[in-house]
Amino acid sequence: MCDGHGLCAGLLPELIRLDDWGYPIIEVGEVPPELVGLARRAADACPTLALLLDER
Amino acid sequence: MRPAGLPRLLAGLGDRSGAITWAGHQRIHGPLPAISAEELIESVALSGLRGRGGADFPTSLKLHAVAAAGRAAALVVNGSETEPASAKDALLLARLPHLVLDGALVAASSVGAPQVIVKVGNGSPAIAAMGAAIAERPEGRIALVAGPTGYVTGEESAVVNFLSGGPPLPTFVPPRPYQRGLRGRPTLIQNPETLAHIALIARHGPNWYRELGTWADPGSALVTISGAVRNPGVYELAFGTRMADLLAAAGGETEPLQALLMGGYFGTWMGAEAAAGLRLAREELGGAGGSLGAGVVIALGRSACGLHESARIVAYLARQSSGQCGPCLHGLAAIAAALRTLADGRGDAETAWTLRRWCSEVRGRGACHHPDGVVRLVESTLRVFGTHGHAECRARTAGLPLGPEKTDGAEPQAGAGDRTRGV
Repeated sequence: MCDGHGLCAGLLPELIRLDDWGYPIIEVGEVPPELVGLARRAADACPTLALLLDER
Repeated sequence: MRPAGLPRLLAGLGDRSGAITWAGHQRIHGPLPAISAEELIESVALSGLRGRGGADFPTSLKLHAVAAAGRAAALVVNGSETEPASAKDALLLARLPHLVLDGALVAASSVGAPQVIVKVGNGSPAIAAMGAAIAERPEGRIALVAGPTGYVTGEESAVVNFLSGGPPLPTFVPPRPYQRGLRGRPTLIQNPETLAHIALIARHGPNWYRELGTWADPGSALVTISGAVRNPGVYELAFGTRMADLLAAAGGETEPLQALLMGGYFGTWMGAEAAAGLRLAREELGGAGGSLGAGVVIALGRSACGLHESARIVAYLARQSSGQCGPCLHGLAAIAAALRTLADGRGDAETAWTLRRWCSEVRGRGACHHPDGVVRLVESTLRVFGTHGHAECRARTAGLPLGPEKTDGAEPQAGAGDRTRGV
């Protein structure tokens, strides 16, 4: 479960911003192709494996 | 013997208190007929019955899905009733237990569930009544379980988690319990009132059920009416009933009304004038931004302060967060504080703007719909009562009930993944 560490927003500020309490808000559904690499890194960096990149 | 009109579920209650015995129940409603699984599910489908726990889901779809899966674990009678202003399920379980048990047994058979589990809250008067009723029945596959009473513990996945031996906290869905619940198997979770209707549909058929209500909203419903009415209580009304007649059933208003809270604390406020022209019909209420929810209507008189009353309720709901999700745990506390600030007249345009921003940011970001319900209530509060309160009005309380505060297993466990970081 997300614990508000915030690494995802640091790695992918284009798609993820933090709310007033440090929890991520992901506004976009589909990741633009040029950001997929960064999105993968952000998902890998999540300490609680709460962020998932669906690559179907 | 097909009874006409009302009452249906509440038939035979009279002025006595206490539970109706099995013998008395059969005198009122007649015996439960033998009915095949297919016929029962078909009857429920044709009746148009929808769940009465608040989600309003077509009951036959759930029955059909669980029956089709073929490995049902159990039917759970969800007697949690954690909406503080709702009393209909308590009434059914404590005074009409055999009506609920009839529906539970016939529905369980129709989906192939080997067991019925009746779940109620700790300390509920229904425990004694249900225990006695179960003892009167020859069927040996009915269990009675009492659990915590926190606001979110009545949610379906929280009930499954609790019955599985875990904490009574909601989890992400899908899969929903009717797909995967107890022991990983389809579990049919039904509100007691839904099952009571099934008990009568099994006896009298879907055409009888449709003799009341409208084509789109057939049948009758139990509504807990409270607040500024002469005779607060649980009433059985046909769908399509006009709001004025609903209030008249409860003895009429004790003072001019300013608003109605439709659907309880998981519902929305409606201005009295806007609500006056509405009927108990899903599309009509939905068009006005509300729903009957779990059948709760609270009347707010002009002498009360809607902003302060809402601030009290929202603070309670914020405390009832299970604490599993940051946006809910932190966001609802902040929203409650901001609403209190506005109610006391200490806020300004920025307070209201921030409150609205928090509402839009918190919505949809929890594992369950608790934060969504609170946001919906807050937004209707601002719509109906505005954003400018006065500190002096805090004393003008309408005394809307709050549920018990968390002291039992509904509290987040310390050290469990550091979920309450910063709190």
